[in-house]
Amino acid sequence: MKGKVAKLSYGDLTIRSLSFLYIGLMIVLPIAAITMASFKGGPGHLWKQILQPQAISSLKLTFLLALVMVVINVITGTATAWVLVRYRFPLKNTINALVDIPFAIPTLVTGMMLVVLYGPRSVLGIFLQNHGIEVIYNKPGIILALLFVTFPFVVRAVQPVLMEMDKDMEEAALTLGASKRQSFFKVVLPTLLPSILTGAALSFSRALGEFGSIVVVAGNIPFKTQVSAVYIYGEVESENLQGALGSAVVLLAFSLLTLVILNLIQRWSSKYD
Amino acid sequence: MIEVKHYGKKKVGQWIITGLVLAWFFVLVFFPLFGIVKETVSYGLKAFVSSLISPASLHAFWLTLLLTVVAVVLNTVLGVVMAIMFARHHFKGKLLLETVLDLPFAVSPVVAGVMLIILFGPNGWIGNWFESMNIKIIYALPGMMLATIFVTIPFVTREILPVLREFGREQEEAASTLGASGWQTFWRVTLPSIKWALAYGITLTIARSIGEFGAVLVVSASIINKTQTATLLIHDEFTDFNYAGAFSAALVLAIVSFIIITVIQFVYTKKEKGLHNA
Repeated sequence: MKGKVAKLSYGDLTIRSLSFLYIGLMIVLPIAAITMASFKGGPGHLWKQILQPQAISSLKLTFLLALVMVVINVITGTATAWVLVRYRFPLKNTINALVDIPFAIPTLVTGMMLVVLYGPRSVLGIFLQNHGIEVIYNKPGIILALLFVTFPFVVRAVQPVLMEMDKDMEEAALTLGASKRQSFFKVVLPTLLPSILTGAALSFSRALGEFGSIVVVAGNIPFKTQVSAVYIYGEVESENLQGALGSAVVLLAFSLLTLVILNLIQRWSSKYD
Repeated sequence: MIEVKHYGKKKVGQWIITGLVLAWFFVLVFFPLFGIVKETVSYGLKAFVSSLISPASLHAFWLTLLLTVVAVVLNTVLGVVMAIMFARHHFKGKLLLETVLDLPFAVSPVVAGVMLIILFGPNGWIGNWFESMNIKIIYALPGMMLATIFVTIPFVTREILPVLREFGREQEEAASTLGASGWQTFWRVTLPSIKWALAYGITLTIARSIGEFGAVLVVSASIINKTQTATLLIHDEFTDFNYAGAFSAALVLAIVSFIIITVIQFVYTKKEKGLHNA
């Protein structure tokens, strides 16, 4: 094995250097640049930028809404995967194909769709407003946008595991006298857990950085409906790049953390294979 | 056969869950899609056509096409190169590098834009040097290209890599033992085995490039007829209350997404079959 590393053909050498150059220039360099730029004034200065009232309030809102979305998404996503794998119903294949739609629709268009449907000019929006529920330009709209753009993550993570899962174990549990509920919580759920967590981590990370669908839906009122990505954009627009860096670095750190967690989940689940 | 009995008994519960999931799906995904069609139709065909063939709109769609082509070409070629390296080479820190490759998916598009400004902006590390040569990167086309490329880097590699790993290198080694050159082995042995995964990765790259908004917005000034892409045009018209124009262009992008999804599904089934036959 070691001999192989030492002896690289010209072709291998080209492949290696091109890959390193590309990843280095396009991914590592920009991340190094933003990290160094944010630490330019020292960690104390960076900390102050992060704790700016408007910045920290947007960060809090972002995390809170992402959390609410993940809880809903884990339940609905697992249920959707379950129904798509286990049950038969009309139009199943079409529905299965349409699950990916949120990945293909531009996020900005997603936001506009929600404004059309629930906005103050629509019948539904007026109805909801009369009952004291403001969806658009408020938090429910942001959660709906996040649910839409992350919908496929949990479904697509759980679906293949559910398909490959042996029904034998479940049936064994049932034969041994377990109730349907017991077999689901004691046999099915533990098997699905790594894939559910993977879907949840992907959704959460996506929600932290989401911009396009939120910017038209949220109204972006500071301290109320302004998420972090929108705050960062606002700072860049008003030529206060340094102010944007604090929040940007926090989001970036959580992106890295998500990747680490995803790696851990993968290793943990492959241990049981 | 036991299955039928189990599920037969629980029919009611099964239908309730199915009904709930379908209802959720329709409310969350289908209604909004329907809403945008209805909204665009309400402005009439004339408004739809005239706003789409306006010079600003044509230029915006042309720019989106250009950015997509650049991102697809570069990320396809280098995506294949990187996948071959990750599948066939062994070196220290490979796992870490693979994780780094996933970063563009995890990073917020707005943060991606900010990173490019820091690096390529007029006062940036590299931008400084380009500025002295009188080449503008940020708030100009090259910056928008970089943004589109950045957000779509991992797609192709991510799709091909599992196939390359499963496929192994026996056939490639057989080909080279029989006297095939590296290129011949690639074109005749490697490429045919990864073609559907590659097609899948390219389709995802196209979809993301067409729809990218946040990263491109940050690095462009969205100047009409210059640095305004289709999504930027939609945003500008939407915020200017020019709904007919905004929704016409949005509907076009939604239809394109729909076509892409259909292609994705087709390619995906091919890919899955290929994986199982390999």
